Amino acid sequence: MSDLDTLKQTLLADVAAAGDEPAIEAVRVAALGKKGSVSELLKTLGTMTPEERQTRGAAINALKNDLTDAITARKSELRDAAIAARLAAETVDVSLPVRSSPAERGRIHPISQIIDEITAIFADMGFSIAEGSDIETDYYNFTALNFPEGHPAREMHDTFFFPPDENGERKVLRTHTSPVQVRTMEAQKPPIRIIIPGKTYRQDSDATHSPMFHQVEGLVVDRKANVANMRWVLEEFCKAFFEVDGVTMRFRPSFFPFTEPSFEVDIQCDRSSGPIVKFGEGTDWMEILGCGMVHPNVLRAGGLDPDEYQGFAWGMGLDRIAMLKYGMPDLRDFFNADVRWMNHYGFRPLDVPTLFGGLSA
Amino acid sequence: MKFTLSWLKDHLETDATLEQICERLTSIGLEVEDVDDKASFRPFVIARVVSAEQHPNADKLRVLMVDTGAGAPIQVVCGAPNARAGLVGAFAAPGTYVPGIDVTLSVGNIRGVESRGMMCSEKELEMSDNHDGIIDLPADAPVGKSFATYAGLDDPVIEINLTPNRPDCTSVFGIARDLAASGLGTLKAPVPPSFKVEGETLVKVKLELGEDTHLCPGFALRLVRGVKNGPSPRWMQQRLIAIGLRPINALVDITNYMTFDQGRPMHVFDAAKVKGDLVVRRAREGETILALDQREYKLSPANVVISDDNGLESIGGVMGGEHSGCDENTTDVLIESALWDPMNIARTGRTLGIITDARYRFERGVDPEYMAPGLERTTELVLQLCGGIPAKTDVVGYKGYAPKVVDFPVSEVKRLTGLEVSSEESGAILAKLGFGVSGSGERLSVSVPSWRPDVDGKADLVEEVMRIHGVDNIHAAPLESHTSVNGKILTTLQIRSRLAKRALAARGMMEAVTWSFIPKAHAELFGGGAPELALSNPIAADMSDMRPSLLPGLLTAAQRNADRGFADVAIFEVSGTYESDRPEGQRRVAGGIRRATASLSGAGRLWSNPAKGGGKPVDVFDAKADALAVIEACGLPMTNVQIEPGGPAWYHPGRSGTIKMGPKVVLGTFGEFHPKTLGALDVSGALAGFEIFIDAMPEPKKKATRTKPALELSPFQAVRRDFAFLVDKTVEAGAIVRAAAGADRKLVASVNVFDVFEGASVGEGRKSIAIEVVIQPSDKTLTDEDFEALTAKIVANVAKTTGGVLRA
Repeated sequence: MSDLDTLKQTLLADVAAAGDEPAIEAVRVAALGKKGSVSELLKTLGTMTPEERQTRGAAINALKNDLTDAITARKSELRDAAIAARLAAETVDVSLPVRSSPAERGRIHPISQIIDEITAIFADMGFSIAEGSDIETDYYNFTALNFPEGHPAREMHDTFFFPPDENGERKVLRTHTSPVQVRTMEAQKPPIRIIIPGKTYRQDSDATHSPMFHQVEGLVVDRKANVANMRWVLEEFCKAFFEVDGVTMRFRPSFFPFTEPSFEVDIQCDRSSGPIVKFGEGTDWMEILGCGMVHPNVLRAGGLDPDEYQGFAWGMGLDRIAMLKYGMPDLRDFFNADVRWMNHYGFRPLDVPTLFGGLSA
Repeated sequence: MKFTLSWLKDHLETDATLEQICERLTSIGLEVEDVDDKASFRPFVIARVVSAEQHPNADKLRVLMVDTGAGAPIQVVCGAPNARAGLVGAFAAPGTYVPGIDVTLSVGNIRGVESRGMMCSEKELEMSDNHDGIIDLPADAPVGKSFATYAGLDDPVIEINLTPNRPDCTSVFGIARDLAASGLGTLKAPVPPSFKVEGETLVKVKLELGEDTHLCPGFALRLVRGVKNGPSPRWMQQRLIAIGLRPINALVDITNYMTFDQGRPMHVFDAAKVKGDLVVRRAREGETILALDQREYKLSPANVVISDDNGLESIGGVMGGEHSGCDENTTDVLIESALWDPMNIARTGRTLGIITDARYRFERGVDPEYMAPGLERTTELVLQLCGGIPAKTDVVGYKGYAPKVVDFPVSEVKRLTGLEVSSEESGAILAKLGFGVSGSGERLSVSVPSWRPDVDGKADLVEEVMRIHGVDNIHAAPLESHTSVNGKILTTLQIRSRLAKRALAARGMMEAVTWSFIPKAHAELFGGGAPELALSNPIAADMSDMRPSLLPGLLTAAQRNADRGFADVAIFEVSGTYESDRPEGQRRVAGGIRRATASLSGAGRLWSNPAKGGGKPVDVFDAKADALAVIEACGLPMTNVQIEPGGPAWYHPGRSGTIKMGPKVVLGTFGEFHPKTLGALDVSGALAGFEIFIDAMPEPKKKATRTKPALELSPFQAVRRDFAFLVDKTVEAGAIVRAAAGADRKLVASVNVFDVFEGASVGEGRKSIAIEVVIQPSDKTLTDEDFEALTAKIVANVAKTTGGVLRA
């Protein structure tokens, strides 16, 4: 065995024995450094004859290359081992809990969500949203809506009153959203297409009545809106709102002071499975809203000539249609701010109802 | 309004089934609320007692063998004293539900003897209160046949939910008229009463109402002498019981019967108890009357009464007096048929708290033209049931009925409903309802009958034609659709309210809807409680005053949740508060509170926060972050927003702030709460909250273009420099930030507080505030000299405005 072979074996053994980066670096310096054993041999190349260079010289170069490759390979091995060791040391218990996303914890109240759903539907039909104040005058809540003074229909409203002012007039908490009808007609010329969601108040309390509740009112006034159009609007609305392919509605003649003719509207449904009401099927009827052609006296109160303009209006309980669609059993829970109820019946803030994405999809 | 099927058929000739009748009633606007088809009475059969033997083990019981017409006689144990062989009565087999005692029968064993059914009393079949013995029928009653049919118990009861505009349908006759007009049968014309009249009604009626004759626009009175007043006949009692009235005696039952049959409330006085003439007048202040309901009412001049020399005898049109009421000893009766002012009746009924069938009709409007005929019909019934000799009727005050005449272009039907109804059909419908129709072609002249005070104009006639022609014939027709894409339909306030809700919910808060009215004490705590915002008739004492703030409702709600074991609560509400009773006094506020550890990053203890014991109670900065989030969500430029220390009295004075825009506009407040406020609300725990006045936010400037300004990026790298200043403890960090930023508005891009330190090392009453200043050169790389100059400017500006010294 030549001296070169011996050297090579020794050096390769050193490379293999190097246990970390400083050790391999030491091996490299000892062999390939300025005074390294291989470097010393390389220095002898200059003194060699051409023949020697071809044999011994080639062998020295080969030794250098083999050694360099071995060192590179070992270094890479050692680096991988070091990374593996670090990663192993850094391991954590990923089953530990993290903070929940606030947007998943937060909730939108069903009333707000329903108003957004209704807004999406009626915006598509060209309606805008009007609002009014909760404290109203007797005039806008009753007189302008054709409730004669002392009429029994006034009594049916179980009105909340405020103390009389210096003129003996008493403000009321509005008993319906209808005052906004006349206020809108006063402020804006037809054509009018508005919906009016808002708080309403009556002195009544049980599982389906609350002293404070919500209504949504609709009003269309132009030169030709009639009962047939109203029927279409309400059918389309109910279909879109309850997210069913079709609904069957029954219009019953009824009475409201501010509409003539007036109707109560029932919707066909299936109530056979307890509290869950299914629309678009079944043989039961459920009253869902009141509506009618705007009474001539109401048009007059709004400053419009009933022979020139005509229109229709409807009103329904927001809380009630929320209960019908989403199944809350008791109206009073809407106003209790119980976090368990809000968590269960509320909606996630990013679930914004749209027609293009489906109202509640 | 309740009636029975057979009663309806007294006035309506029809072959229609119960179901068809009910369907039609609903479709013409007389909504059927309830139908009792009396099916529960079907199992009872007429049976004869074949034998009645003494019970071997009980003195008062007998063992009957009963022939029910089907098979061998059945053994029944019976305790009725009148149980005897040969009696024909009503039998109920095991399995039958007996309504009067609310029991379903089973095969029994009574003192050792088996009993397979029951012979029933009238009470058990809800025929009367009589429970002294079992029903004892004439011997020829058909054994084995339905007892219900025999006794008229299977007469279905229909209840309609009558709308207040239809006084004409407070009577069975009026309902029949409506059904007949709709083609469901023929109205039976009433036969005019005929009887001989003898003598005068000696008691006279005087109307002493001065100018206010409208309070009693007519009064008819007749004396009938020599009546015999006992129980009314079975058929009348049965009808009255079926609709929920208690039979009393024939004279009283007749008045009740007339009320429902004809919608004509009547009153009867025992003539022997009336002294002098009857005077219709306003009551005197404080006058009292003992009414037929055995209660004493204190009256005022707002009430109209009928009095005589004894005092008050009746509250006109509402309820009679006990003193002159008729009983079985009555021999001479005065029958009253009067008209009263609907509004006055409504008010009297309301203030006295009296609900009667008479009030129900008078406040809706009783047919004035039927005042006299109604008295004739009542007299006829009295003569039939009680005998006697009628005197001449005395009528005062009645001026007759002048019908309203409506000019009716028939095209109105099409205009308002979309229905095609011919002029002929429209006219025919109105005529069948009793309207006078004249003219022809497209314009009719329609006179309104006396029983339809609700009909005023064209639209009312359209409704009449429409409901009788059939609402189901109106088919949906699309509303004219718009010809372009809909623009923005929400107002800024509506948009901002929605954004505020979604922004707060996205911060982990839950939206609540709490009451608009709160306890007075709570309202006062938050600056409210003004008299004009206190309800006169609150539904409960703790729902009395309109809320001046959303916070008391949210704070008490959080406490309720905590009491249920949910301590970490983050809730908000976007709704109204009330500063005055005017529309502009209603604010639009976003308010919220966080309780215990319910911070943005989540409530409760978590392993990742061990230094703080896993959880940190909420504080003023949680509330401030929520408040600012609302303002940001609403799109207000935050550069114009200033924070001032302190807030309204319900907050912690040292841990609250007021958010302003300019010197005048208050956008909101935030903070921890004053311990006295929490104490007064009876709530506890770490609580922080805010209110943002969305309606105070200015409208956004109208933008000329939607294009955003060009993005200008500096080619020079931004540099960050830290400064620490020693200042007095009272100096606000915000002042230092403003001073540093103001040192060079071009170069200083932003300033951030990253440390606040107080301790002995910085001296008593002092603190150190560390800020990071981001410097963004725009036209050249800054030299060391440039930096030194800027640093000097920052230090000088902070020193000048806050007295702060650069910390060594």
